[in-house]
Amino acid sequence: MLIETRALTKHFRIGSHQILHAVDGITLSIQENEILGLVGESGSGKSTFGKTLVGLYDRTSGEAFYNGVPLPAKFKSKDHLTYSREMQMIFQDPYSSLNPRMTVLDIIGEGLVLPGTHSRSEIHEKVAYWLEKVGLHPDHMSRYPHEFSGGQRQRIGIARAMIIEPRFVVCDEPISALDVSVQAQIINLLDELKESIGLTLLFIAHDLSMVRYVSHRMAVMYLGTLVEIGPSNELFFDPQHPYTQLLIESNPEPDPVLERSRPHTPIKGEITSPINVKPGCRFVDRCPRAMAHCSHETPEFIATSKDRYVACHLFS
Amino acid sequence: MSDIVLDVKNLRVEFDTYGGIVKAVRGVSFSVPRGQTLAIVGESGCGKSVTVQAIMGLIPMPPGRITSGSAKLNGQEMLGLSPKEANQFRGVEIGMIFQDPMTSLNPTMTIGDQIAETLIVHRGYTKKASAKIAVDLLDKTKIPEAAKRARQYPFEFSGGMLQRSMIAMSLACNPTVLIADEPTTALDVTIQAEILELMLELKRTEGMSIILITHDLAVVARVADDVAVMYAGQIIESGSVDQIFYESAHPYTMGLKEAMPTNKPNEERKLMPISGSPPDLFHPPAGCGYFARCPHAMDICESNQPSGFRIAADHYASCWLHHELAPEVDALHLVGDQ
Repeated sequence: MLIETRALTKHFRIGSHQILHAVDGITLSIQENEILGLVGESGSGKSTFGKTLVGLYDRTSGEAFYNGVPLPAKFKSKDHLTYSREMQMIFQDPYSSLNPRMTVLDIIGEGLVLPGTHSRSEIHEKVAYWLEKVGLHPDHMSRYPHEFSGGQRQRIGIARAMIIEPRFVVCDEPISALDVSVQAQIINLLDELKESIGLTLLFIAHDLSMVRYVSHRMAVMYLGTLVEIGPSNELFFDPQHPYTQLLIESNPEPDPVLERSRPHTPIKGEITSPINVKPGCRFVDRCPRAMAHCSHETPEFIATSKDRYVACHLFS
Repeated sequence: MSDIVLDVKNLRVEFDTYGGIVKAVRGVSFSVPRGQTLAIVGESGCGKSVTVQAIMGLIPMPPGRITSGSAKLNGQEMLGLSPKEANQFRGVEIGMIFQDPMTSLNPTMTIGDQIAETLIVHRGYTKKASAKIAVDLLDKTKIPEAAKRARQYPFEFSGGMLQRSMIAMSLACNPTVLIADEPTTALDVTIQAEILELMLELKRTEGMSIILITHDLAVVARVADDVAVMYAGQIIESGSVDQIFYESAHPYTMGLKEAMPTNKPNEERKLMPISGSPPDLFHPPAGCGYFARCPHAMDICESNQPSGFRIAADHYASCWLHHELAPEVDALHLVGDQ
């Protein structure tokens, strides 16, 4: 296991008496060379989970391991230096995640400047190599972010993460801001990099079809908790948790005949507030199959078959 | 053809910028029949939003300029109207909803007052009567506890609820046409499904025509009757939703489909990105706008603009491959007939 979390929790204090349960006890593991897709609605805590994992947020409780070594709950600058060589992140918004006052050379090369292990000319060479690798031209090095399109900026973000040659990368909605034709370019690029340098990815997105396409296993989050995890195709075509079922039913397909034949039963209600949550299943208010004890007993993760786990009382 | 509600012909829109003149819309024609949904599909910068903004009279002039074309709503010309004249149909005959409901609503007015305002301004209703209708409209768009919600402010609503309120507002004067510009792009799939369902239902019950602007082919498949695919300021293919999806006739339409994942059990298909990027609309190409990215490009495509070739009844594609002298291209049917 390259990445492992045990009951990883991140709460935010808001005001004096309120706690926002962004991530609440997530236990999962990611194997070397695996792509784990993480899906869920906005506000389900997927990004917070990714950021906590790479140390951008301090953990409230729980444990996290990288290659068997426990990660600190609060990253000190020394820890950031150590682990940023192993773990990197690609952000959702290619506009706000690049410093507009830095050149592409400085943005991509910064990760090599900080540890002080590379000379100026080495950095130059490596930035040129990675620009080419992500499909940009080495001449682009002296330009500024505003001179690039969204897809090109996302490539710069990828080069910035990859130049460190990390083993694990959190991709936080890397394609949501991009056009369809460009999305496929970025996905294929990530796929190629995964093959050539042996990457392990946590792929966070809300586009279910894309996540199924990209990842080996898929995990579904709801209000800070994991509700289901399993191999992507099995989970997508045979979802077990009522929430996963509704999520996949709501996902439109680019196929008019299929769409016309589909029962249109959209999910009822909206995601409830993650502030001061009560015990019990968090999906109970929206669940079409909720039972009496769902509202006070928190469901445990149950293995329903090899590699498949679901947190729902229907399976206990 | 009396059933055509909105008829747009040869619309051209330009903008003056520091970098020169951007030819954002370059000769767009389409028509919307009563009670039908037309989806205008395309990527960012293809001119789909500018097209509907021009129809609504929402293009700031200057720097914008409508250089030619006509847009007739029930036979009445809408382009070139004075702001006063435009207000006679804007929000009355044509309603519009936008991508980001949070910034499209006034944060200092209650939702109910914002809906009622439309009725007071356009229909001359009293404050009391319009407030009552506002609640009915919120109820119609399936907002629970409509009477209580009408007294709340936009910040108290979720994204999905705000989009419902926007729809309620646009319905206030019983418009003939509803223009929805990326109505679900900012929403989660579950909320998107609800909003799309609501739009389909309103189309059935109110007999409204809908123009849906989107970049998401899956959304198109769910709600559209007819589709117009835009690229570089032009409609490059148009037809029924089935024709566009199963008998795609333009390489760009095919490219879009191949760039998207589909979910079929036991089918593993690699995503095929469209290489390159759209042309610079400061200097639009003399020939086909898709020439530089097209896998089937021929010599003629570079210098001569293709006209709309008729593929079947009501199915047109602007591509030289459909000229009688063009070579047969197998790949044309690669993605169709799945």
